[in-house]
Amino acid sequence: MAERTIVLKGGRVIDPSQGIDQVVDLLLVDGAVAELGTDIQAGGDAEVRDVSGLVVAPGLIDLHVHLRQPGGEHKETITSGAWSAVVGGFTAVCAMPNTEPPIDDPAAVGYVAAQGRRAGAARVYPVGAVSVGQKGERLALVGEMVDAGAVAISDDGRPVSDSGLMRLALQYTDTFGIPVASHCEDLSLSRNGSMHEGIVATRLGITGIPSAAEEAMLARDLLLAQLTGGRLHVQHVSTRYGAELIRNAKARGVQVTAEATPHHFTLTHEAVIGYRTDAKVNPPLRPADDMEAIREGLRDGTLDCIATDHAPHHYDEKEQAFEDAPFGLVGLETALGLGITELVEKGVLGLSELVERMSTAPARAFNLPGGSLRVGAPADVTAFDPAEQWTVDPERFVSKSRNTPFTGRQLKGRARLTVVGGRVVWDADQGLDHARQQARKNA
Amino acid sequence: MPPNTALGKDLVGLESLTADQLRAILDTAEAFKEISERQIKKVPVLRGKTIVNAFFEPSTRTRVSFEFAEKRLSADTVNIASSGSSVVKGETLVDTARNLEAMRIDMVVMRHGSSGSAQFLAERIPSNVINAGDGRHEHPTQALLDMLTIRDHVGRLEGVKVCIVGDILHSRVARSNIFGLRTLGAEVGVCGPRTLLPAAIEEMGVKVFARIEEAIEWADVLNVLRLQLERMQAGYVPSLREYNRVFGLTRERVQAAPGELLVLHPGPMNRGVEIDSDVADGPQSVILDQVTNGVAVRMAVLYLLAGGEPEKAEAAKVDGAHG
Repeated sequence: MAERTIVLKGGRVIDPSQGIDQVVDLLLVDGAVAELGTDIQAGGDAEVRDVSGLVVAPGLIDLHVHLRQPGGEHKETITSGAWSAVVGGFTAVCAMPNTEPPIDDPAAVGYVAAQGRRAGAARVYPVGAVSVGQKGERLALVGEMVDAGAVAISDDGRPVSDSGLMRLALQYTDTFGIPVASHCEDLSLSRNGSMHEGIVATRLGITGIPSAAEEAMLARDLLLAQLTGGRLHVQHVSTRYGAELIRNAKARGVQVTAEATPHHFTLTHEAVIGYRTDAKVNPPLRPADDMEAIREGLRDGTLDCIATDHAPHHYDEKEQAFEDAPFGLVGLETALGLGITELVEKGVLGLSELVERMSTAPARAFNLPGGSLRVGAPADVTAFDPAEQWTVDPERFVSKSRNTPFTGRQLKGRARLTVVGGRVVWDADQGLDHARQQARKNA
Repeated sequence: MPPNTALGKDLVGLESLTADQLRAILDTAEAFKEISERQIKKVPVLRGKTIVNAFFEPSTRTRVSFEFAEKRLSADTVNIASSGSSVVKGETLVDTARNLEAMRIDMVVMRHGSSGSAQFLAERIPSNVINAGDGRHEHPTQALLDMLTIRDHVGRLEGVKVCIVGDILHSRVARSNIFGLRTLGAEVGVCGPRTLLPAAIEEMGVKVFARIEEAIEWADVLNVLRLQLERMQAGYVPSLREYNRVFGLTRERVQAAPGELLVLHPGPMNRGVEIDSDVADGPQSVILDQVTNGVAVRMAVLYLLAGGEPEKAEAAKVDGAHG
């Protein structure tokens, strides 16, 4: 007998992997997509969900989150992050390794994967560190980490300054078919900086981070990807010339994928005015021209994916003078709404393209299951209402942290039903309490 | 708390003040100058008010200037200094704010190393907050005393060409002067090594001079900033000697000025680095007038934030009334 049979009836199925955008029923059996068809009739024990009026998409995948466990459990846990993810419509997230201690060996990778399974919400894919201890000196145990479940390696949070090490990483990962996800930052150019270097920083008296700090390192990494033939994934691109460098590299055939965050396509450095620490993020929010370029990059596919860089911080840590507060903001529960409000509603992307950037392309970039509703694909599905209006209220977040610059913002579009492995884990009709209770377990 | 004073609740910076508000401060300061010339330098304007001077960075002249201003207005004052107190970085701002609030004080004068700290405090306590310098952001009373000194000597601010010379990048004095002077119609220039000019400074509406000689040719007033020794250690300038040779205010350069030139310096001076002694002590220098005006300006700010009305400043000096 089927472990579980679910029919999602009457939804508008958008699956960019097959070029589908039509009202059709979706049958999920035993944790996999079984059928797409009109008027599917299931047996008596099947769970039938009326999703008419909703978009039914392959589950959203976030390639870039910080779940803070181990070491930062006061900010987030793997459990609370995985539940925050499904409330935001994500069925899978990739956890960055800059924890305390860092995820730099197979045991640590296995721990993250196991905690992720225990959470019982979104799938949690560990990302391993590039170097031992994230010290930037010698390669971590890449092969063993892959065996333990790592889907990529990354230097996020502590950029690899040594070009020789970056070269080795791009070469060595080739054996295992995983990408190197790079946080591009020349630390000698960004040192002491807290926001974008420009007129706003000058007025506020804050030390700036020039765009060149990101672009110089990005140029290096693209050249090293070209040299080695390795797979580079560029994280959180924030500048016009950064996007341009990637566009050029792709035209030359360099194996590179790239992501952009909702905050970089929505906000500019003016969001910092008033010393708003919730808008302190790295790479920093840039001027409007860069924000426009990020939108263009998402439109023409130079920037393949939308990823949140979900970076929870405790209230006390952000309740400080601007330059003393840590970088980062939470993004899992606002990403879909921002994508629809800022990109779809403003004509940057079609709805199908948005789903592609948030599901199909991320799956492809990190070779993850999902990102498709083909028969046989994992039954990871997000049903969302693209017209639902709501107001961002951090007090209602399932994440343990509240550090968002979008408080009070009116958004359109919200996840209503999130299915992971054929199991409904988030149902908006049942309210947030269940998700919040689950999120505080196993912490 | 006074809900609607002529300045609002706080003086965090000059960027948000209108021309009328700036003029109100300068005019009030003008009226208060005379108090410091009396035999008994005390009026009862702030009698019964308690003021905390919280200086989390070393400061002598600003703190002393505020203290004189407060005492001459009969306020009760307490000083907190970072050294030797329980104030440690990390604990400071939020808990300091709550503790001050709990002591039911009326005003806080704060100097702090972090840009934005004054606004941070102002948003969290009901007392009036006066920024005595926050990081590299603003130092509004310093700029006000600079503006009062220029107005005293030139007779006006509108159309006056003021060039700020030196380390603009790290200077809260420069930012406050740029905001305040421009609001009152002065033209503002900056001059210094490119390494010490902040990004996009032109977008603040100032002219940029690469050479001190060009700045002197243009300006009516030079406001010469102190060059901190650590700027050289951090590599912004190769040596103090070279700085003096290229950007130092020497007698030869001052004498080459086409017209009358007024020289200001917010202090403390590095004689022989950004300014030579024969200029600092010479006829163009109004550096000590600045110090005198500092007390008057701070008295004016305290009076106005306590709810005093600018037009009643003269009367207040006699009977202590402040509306």
